[in-house]
Amino acid sequence: MLQRIEKARKTIEAICETVDKPIQVMEVCGTHTVSIFRHGIRSLLPEKLKLLSGPGCPVCVTDQGYIDVVMDLALRDDTIIATYGDMIRVPGKAGSLESLHRNNVKVVLSTDDGLALAKKHPDKAVVFVAVGFETTTPPSAVAVADAAKEGVDNFCILSGHKLVVPAMMALLGTKNDKIDAFLCPGHVSVILGSDAYQPVVETFKRPCVVAGFEAVQMLEGLAKICQQIADGKPAIDSVYGAAVTPQGNVTARKIIEEAFEPCDGAWRGLGVIPGATLKLRDKYDQFDALKRFGIKEVPTEEPAGCQCGQILCGLLDPPQCGMFGKKCTPDTPIGPCMVSTEGACSAWYKYKQR
Amino acid sequence: MCLAVPARIIEKDGDKAVADAMGNRWNIRITLTPEIEVGDIVLIHAGYAITKVDEEEAQKTWELFEEIAAFEAERQKVKEGEV
Repeated sequence: MLQRIEKARKTIEAICETVDKPIQVMEVCGTHTVSIFRHGIRSLLPEKLKLLSGPGCPVCVTDQGYIDVVMDLALRDDTIIATYGDMIRVPGKAGSLESLHRNNVKVVLSTDDGLALAKKHPDKAVVFVAVGFETTTPPSAVAVADAAKEGVDNFCILSGHKLVVPAMMALLGTKNDKIDAFLCPGHVSVILGSDAYQPVVETFKRPCVVAGFEAVQMLEGLAKICQQIADGKPAIDSVYGAAVTPQGNVTARKIIEEAFEPCDGAWRGLGVIPGATLKLRDKYDQFDALKRFGIKEVPTEEPAGCQCGQILCGLLDPPQCGMFGKKCTPDTPIGPCMVSTEGACSAWYKYKQR
Repeated sequence: MCLAVPARIIEKDGDKAVADAMGNRWNIRITLTPEIEVGDIVLIHAGYAITKVDEEEAQKTWELFEEIAAFEAERQKVKEGEV
C-alpha cells in the first residue's frame, strides 16, 4: 500500500515540476472532499497541484428556495416531513427544520422508511425530501413506483434531485473556469458508469478520473490526471476497481429514467443549470409535492454575505470568505457548505485548513 | 451523503434482502441489483444495494471500521479519565 502511495506521489511530483502554472483539479464529490482532509492528502501534494472542492455535496448545492418550500410544508398541520438527516440543520430564510422543533419532522434512513410513515399515518401527507445525486435518486424512484403500485396516495416527494454531469459541463462553460481536470465521484459513478463523462472529455478536453475514497485511490487518481495532462491526452479513466464499470448500473439508470425527467433547476451558487435537475414524470403527478400542494415556483435566494456559491464553483477557498470561522462555524452555520459534514467549509474548519 | 457500506447478503426474498456487515444486520432492497444472490457482497447506499463488490474490497472497509471503532472506544476512555 505504502509503495503504491509513494509511486503515485512521485509521479505527481515529477509532472508538477515540469508545468509552468499549477494544475487545478476539482474533486466533484463531497465524500472525496472529506476524505482528502481526513487522510491529509493536501500535505502530500506539491504546491503546483491545487485541489478545488466542487459542487458535489447534495446538501450544499440545494438551493435555499427549496429549503424554504420544505419549511413551509413542515409548518402545515396535515403533513409529515421525511428527510435524510443531512438536511435537518440547513438554514432557510426562517431557520432550519431542526429549529422548528416540530414532531412532524422525521429523520429517515431510506425512502422505504418514508413510505412506511405514509402507511402508518394515512391522515397525513408524507413529503419525502428527495435530494441528492444519482446515488439517492433510484431509491426515490422506487419509492414513488411502490407508492403508485400499492396505492399509498398520501406519499409524495419534493424532488431536488440533481445530475452531476450537466453541472460539470456548466462549470466549464463559465468564463471563470479554471478547472484543469476532474476527480470524479466514486459511488455516483457506480450508477452512472465512467462513460457518462464522455461529454466533458470530448467537448472540453479535460481528464475525468473516477476514484474511490481511500488515500491510495485518490492519489492514484490524481497521478493519472497529471499523467494525462503531461501527455496532452485527456481521457476517462477509473481507479475504483470493479465497482465502477463503463456502463454503470443499467438497472438503476432505467429506474431513474422511468420515474424522472431532466428539467432546468436552481443550484446554489451556480444558478439555474439547464437540464441538471430532475422532476417526476407527469404520470406520477399525484406523488409530486409541488403539484399536490400547488407550489408554482421555488424561489431562488442566498443568505447575505455567504460565499458558498463561489466556493462550490472552485473560485474561492473557504478561508477566503469573510464569515468563515467567525460568524459562520459548524455550530452557527450560515451557508450549507458549513452545515453539511461533507461541505468544503465544514471540512476546512474541522481539519484546520491542512 | 454518498457513502456506501459493504455488506453480505444472507437472505433474499424478491427484491428485499437481509444484509450483514460485521454482525450488524439490516433489511435492504436489491431492486437496483436484481442479479444479486445470497452470499454476494454488495455496497449499500441509503438502504439499497448499488453494486456487487469483491471480498477483498469489502474486507478492507470492514477492517477500517473496526479500527475506527477501536479508536473511538479508546478516545471515550480518555475522555472519561479512565486512561
